[in-house]
Amino acid sequence: MTDDTAARAAREDGAVPRHNLLSGPQPDVARAAGYADAPPRMGFFTDTSVCIGCKACEVACKEWNAVPEDGLELTGMSYDNTQGLGADTWRHVAFIEQRKPFGGQEPGVGHEDVDVFSAASALGTGPGSPGPGATAPPPGAAPAGAPAGEISPVSPDGRTELRWLMASDVCKHCTHAACLDVCPTGSLFRTEYGTVVVQEDICNGCGYCVPACPYGVIDQRRDDGRVWKCTLCYDRLGVGMEPACAKSCPTESIQFGPLDELRDRAAARVARLRAAGVTDARLYGEDPQDGVGGDGAFFLLLDEPEVYGLPPDPVVTTRDLPAMWRHAAAAAVSLAALAAAGFVRRPR
Amino acid sequence: MTGSDVPRDGVEGARPGRDALTGAHTGRRRRRGRGERAMVPDAEFSSYYGKPILNKPTWKALDIAGYLYLGGLAGASSLLGAGAHVTGRPALARTAKIGAAGAISLSLVALVHDLGRPARFVNMLRVFKPTSPMSVGSWLLVGYAPLTLAAAATDVAGRYRLVGAAATASAAVLGPAVATYTAVLICDTAVPSWHEGYREMPFVFAGSGATAAAGLALACVPAGQTGPARRLAVLGAALELGSFQLMKRRTGLAAEPLEQGRPHALLRAAEALTVGGTALGAYAGGRNRVAAAVAGAALLAGSAALRFGIFHAGVASAEDPRYTVVPQRERLAARRSPGA
Repeated sequence: MTDDTAARAAREDGAVPRHNLLSGPQPDVARAAGYADAPPRMGFFTDTSVCIGCKACEVACKEWNAVPEDGLELTGMSYDNTQGLGADTWRHVAFIEQRKPFGGQEPGVGHEDVDVFSAASALGTGPGSPGPGATAPPPGAAPAGAPAGEISPVSPDGRTELRWLMASDVCKHCTHAACLDVCPTGSLFRTEYGTVVVQEDICNGCGYCVPACPYGVIDQRRDDGRVWKCTLCYDRLGVGMEPACAKSCPTESIQFGPLDELRDRAAARVARLRAAGVTDARLYGEDPQDGVGGDGAFFLLLDEPEVYGLPPDPVVTTRDLPAMWRHAAAAAVSLAALAAAGFVRRPR
Repeated sequence: MTGSDVPRDGVEGARPGRDALTGAHTGRRRRRGRGERAMVPDAEFSSYYGKPILNKPTWKALDIAGYLYLGGLAGASSLLGAGAHVTGRPALARTAKIGAAGAISLSLVALVHDLGRPARFVNMLRVFKPTSPMSVGSWLLVGYAPLTLAAAATDVAGRYRLVGAAATASAAVLGPAVATYTAVLICDTAVPSWHEGYREMPFVFAGSGATAAAGLALACVPAGQTGPARRLAVLGAALELGSFQLMKRRTGLAAEPLEQGRPHALLRAAEALTVGGTALGAYAGGRNRVAAAVAGAALLAGSAALRFGIFHAGVASAEDPRYTVVPQRERLAARRSPGA
């Protein structure tokens, strides 16, 4: 990727901005935060197209990080009983029930006319046939069963069909993290891996980071007043282990690794899905040019971000901070002027 | 959800009780009566079961809205106190100085109460971060609060006049910053109704602080010395109401929570109290002691109602995903439109 080569070149030249910018691209976030010799930036790529909604990530996160239980509720929101990210939910699996057909992610992928046994017996016999063990066609080639514009099959009882989208949400570990910028105590800090972590012994419970987060991730724990969120298993990273959620994910929907590598992997996966006819597939949060400077945890989604409860175009709140201070200074001067005017003796 | 998911005749033909709102039919409208005109067209968007995208502020309304109000009252009172000190209005000076010291002390109490325990305030002073308005504000308060206390104490004691004059002057220099930084404090968040108003909010807060300080002076000072307070009330009310109207007009959809429910009631009350208090104070405040007291109380209450209204409107805008999603979708659409 061109951004990464530029970043690497800049790192060698020493031209990477060393000070922490409020917004815009920042290729080497750990170095900008003061780590002279930082390891590569680590992150998550969550491929929701293979998520099976098993919630192993939720459980593994709670187990490893000793996160307290947050109540068991039957919400009526499909199989989602955790509802959203918060102080005691650092991984959250969303379940979206949609009246869209099964099969592929587009209409017209019924397989009623396919005899799977005869198809299987032909495996590996022709040049166009995938070899044993192949699960997806090579990128660029749409398979024969791909959408052909037919009307999707409807069940005999007249029900429209339903599809489930499942997605494991997590803290985005933004390049420009609003929570970190607004924290008045320095409790939130940037790690050498480029992630954002709360130091729980310093957090004083002011709660400022909570409304500052454009993703609604970090939240205050009610009984102790301090804020908590995903640490990207900072303690595991330090000894070369992967985060608990990624470790426990049975389908590798949650992938952990150096962010550069994950971005390449994600781009290849989107290309492959699109070639297979899943035109809704898209990456979310991977672009270093976006409002938060790119996320350390990004996603492959099969629908619009807001369907999953994600903001479509988040912007780091501190982007406008210089303008805010200017306006506040102008207002302060106005107030002083008003008060002075109050004391000016009126002409008789 | 009422009743069972599975009727007696099985699930055939039954739709799930709750679907994720993924269609285009989910734009909610909560129109109020009395023929109020919609400010923006109906918005269509999807959401995850209507759940909010942002986590709403966890601040207690009384603590933090009170903190915003008391900061404005204290900052503007310091200006009134200094002016009165210089122009020889001792009663006005004393009231304003004591008002500033009392208000800022109470605001610190409110802040500490919101934090949970006093020792937590000390963590605010570990670092100085210009990117955190709360850090800037904490340092501002640490400098400003002792100055107001010194100014008030020397005035009451009638001793150390030079120290008192210096403290009064220094407090007057920091006062306007104390009154307006709180606007940056709430605007530097992702809360739509606060963030979108960041240009006008400091002026609204400055005007509101001025009316509050003028109100305190009108209520407590003999009529002969309240001339500057009455003029400050008129000027402050003009600044507050003018910039508030501008803010509502410019921020579009994000201004909608200001027009609905409890915030709407509070903000209408704030307008009525501020306009009424200013008019009464300007007309009769110079002669009639009772009228001045009523006008002052109205101005104090109006300023408080404004802060609480803005606070609750922000919380409401964070609770409804509409105010987060719709403007962002429009922004995306504008970027993707031809020419971009």
